[in-house]
Amino acid sequence: MEETLTLSGDGLRKVFNRRTVFENVSFTAGSGSVLLITGRNGSGKSTLVKIISRVLSPTAGSVRFGPGGRETDDPWQTRIGLVSPYLQMFEEFTARENLSIAMRVRGLPFDGARADGLLERVALFPRRNDPVRTYSSGMKQRMKYAFALLHAPHLLILDEPMSNLDEEGVGIVRRIMEEQRSNGILVVATNDLTDIGHFDTQVDLNERH
Amino acid sequence: MSATEMTPARFLRSVIAIFLKDWRSELRTRYAISALLMFVVTTIAIILFSLGSEGASADALAGMLWVVIFFGAMSGLSRTFVMEEERGTTLTLQLIAPASAVFFGKLLFNLVLVLGLNIVTVLLYAGFITGFVIRNVPVFLVTILLGSFGFAAAATVIAAIIARANTRGTLYPVLSFPIMLPLLLTVINATRLASEGAFFQEAAGEFQILISYIVVVVVISYMLFEYIWKD
Amino acid sequence: MAIKILLGVLLTGVVIAGFGFPMSAAPQTWYELPVIPGLEDKARIIFFHVPTAWLSVVAFITSMLYAIQYLRKREAIDDIKSSAAAGLGFMFCILATLTGAVWAKFNWGSYWNWDPRETSIFVLLLIYGAYFSLRSAVEVEEKRATLASVYSIIAAVTSPFFIFIMPRIMTGLHPGAKGDPEGAGPVIEFKMSPNMRVIFFTSLIAFTLLFYWMFTLRVRAARLEAHHHSGG
Repeated sequence: MEETLTLSGDGLRKVFNRRTVFENVSFTAGSGSVLLITGRNGSGKSTLVKIISRVLSPTAGSVRFGPGGRETDDPWQTRIGLVSPYLQMFEEFTARENLSIAMRVRGLPFDGARADGLLERVALFPRRNDPVRTYSSGMKQRMKYAFALLHAPHLLILDEPMSNLDEEGVGIVRRIMEEQRSNGILVVATNDLTDIGHFDTQVDLNERH
Repeated sequence: MSATEMTPARFLRSVIAIFLKDWRSELRTRYAISALLMFVVTTIAIILFSLGSEGASADALAGMLWVVIFFGAMSGLSRTFVMEEERGTTLTLQLIAPASAVFFGKLLFNLVLVLGLNIVTVLLYAGFITGFVIRNVPVFLVTILLGSFGFAAAATVIAAIIARANTRGTLYPVLSFPIMLPLLLTVINATRLASEGAFFQEAAGEFQILISYIVVVVVISYMLFEYIWKD
Repeated sequence: MAIKILLGVLLTGVVIAGFGFPMSAAPQTWYELPVIPGLEDKARIIFFHVPTAWLSVVAFITSMLYAIQYLRKREAIDDIKSSAAAGLGFMFCILATLTGAVWAKFNWGSYWNWDPRETSIFVLLLIYGAYFSLRSAVEVEEKRATLASVYSIIAAVTSPFFIFIMPRIMTGLHPGAKGDPEGAGPVIEFKMSPNMRVIFFTSLIAFTLLFYWMFTLRVRAARLEAHHHSGG
């Protein structure tokens, strides 16, 4: 039963207001590997990230994620975690409430101890009962990691993973990335190669116009 | 069978979680509730001022009740979607919930709001507007109940459209009115019947129309919601 | 080309026959139209007003069908067709409303009476107005197409309710209505003499061809414009 998970994109194309953002984007990444997405501003990194995250439909082509590259019946909401600058928390709620919402809206039970452990890990435990709107931008960025990891997704997608983070935050995120690489698939969209130690596959969007 | 498979029970939990999220958020901000309440109070005050000491016919008053409810609904029911769009949490919800669960969660939230709105409006209306008499209360109550369902159903899907169109409030009544007109005409007619003291059987046709309207709007919204919701 | 010639011939014929054929209390020849008591020359509007009303409904349905097609296939051309049909529908809807209002002034004494068909055409006007307000409010083309398609479908499935509601709340004034539930439908049951019927149905066909021709023109224009934008 333990077939390895594979993420694959096939002939992806996105047209936006009659402008082709990119076309002919294909890739494959297996369990335990890192997929790097690079490209200058406006080359469609975030667009591709959203397509892989299933919140945006491609104009053509398809993304598949599952054992041996097949789709499973499981809803993808339980299998994907995303951290990105345009992901927003429900700011009138506290960190812990946000995590509870993330699980219950997925229809999954909320494990308070696990949530506390994650908040500890991203150094937000002391502030766990404060509304997210009172957080600094670096704290919000760390909060997004707790939000993305709570359901232990097989696929973790990071868009500009280090934005707004201080040295401590960068260290936390590096350990998270290392761990995800051994547990599943990691997708990182960035132009700063110092963000990421090692990668297995690269999609360079500068070449796909 | 996988632990994460989407079962009906899990879908229902998801719907309720979305409803609770919105409800708790509403209790903290009171944005929609205060808008609805103030709208109803001001509109009824305006009606009182404009009527002065002159009465109006029971027919006209039955119609005016629904004018208050329609515009009241238009002032608050788009909140649930517009809020997500304004704060950029649409994407967050897209990541964690299936589109149809979002639709039913928001529908439930709007239904609770409309029911609350209608109860308050009817109480104020009956209390302050003297010419407004209901001779058949059961017919009236069924009308209010079915009317609330119908309003919530149509208002929710149109709210999703205007939120995604980024047009905020201005287009909401414009898009809603033609869709809600069958509903409005029917509830106005049923309220008129209730105020005249018509028998339940006489209003049965109205109720049939209301029930089929609710079913049609909920089903078509459910079918089309994914297109509205997903980019 | 063939369609343009056919259209020209048919419409010219309808205009000549509709306006020019004399009316007589006891028609003797094939071209004499019978006098309908209470309507007299005012009956001639049926050859022009009814086809415009008919087209506003045809366009509405056409627009919805292309909207469904757009949501299924996501091809820009289907949205272009959907909005082109709606644009023509809006125009014919305004024409039907205006010609009807003027006629109502002379026949029923006031421009507007909230008869079931007047109400229906009014609702249709509102739907078209809302549809185009929505379109102009959305910047991104794909999103505009999707939201407009969804709205068009929702409007199309809720509007048939009027067929059941109208007879319950108002009585019909239109010829052929006589307050019976049948009269509230979109199609007029109207007793016409055979020659009137020929003119009437020829006119319906001619107007439908006119709609089709204008529709293809609009789609071609929109296509060229789209091509121009993406090419530039």
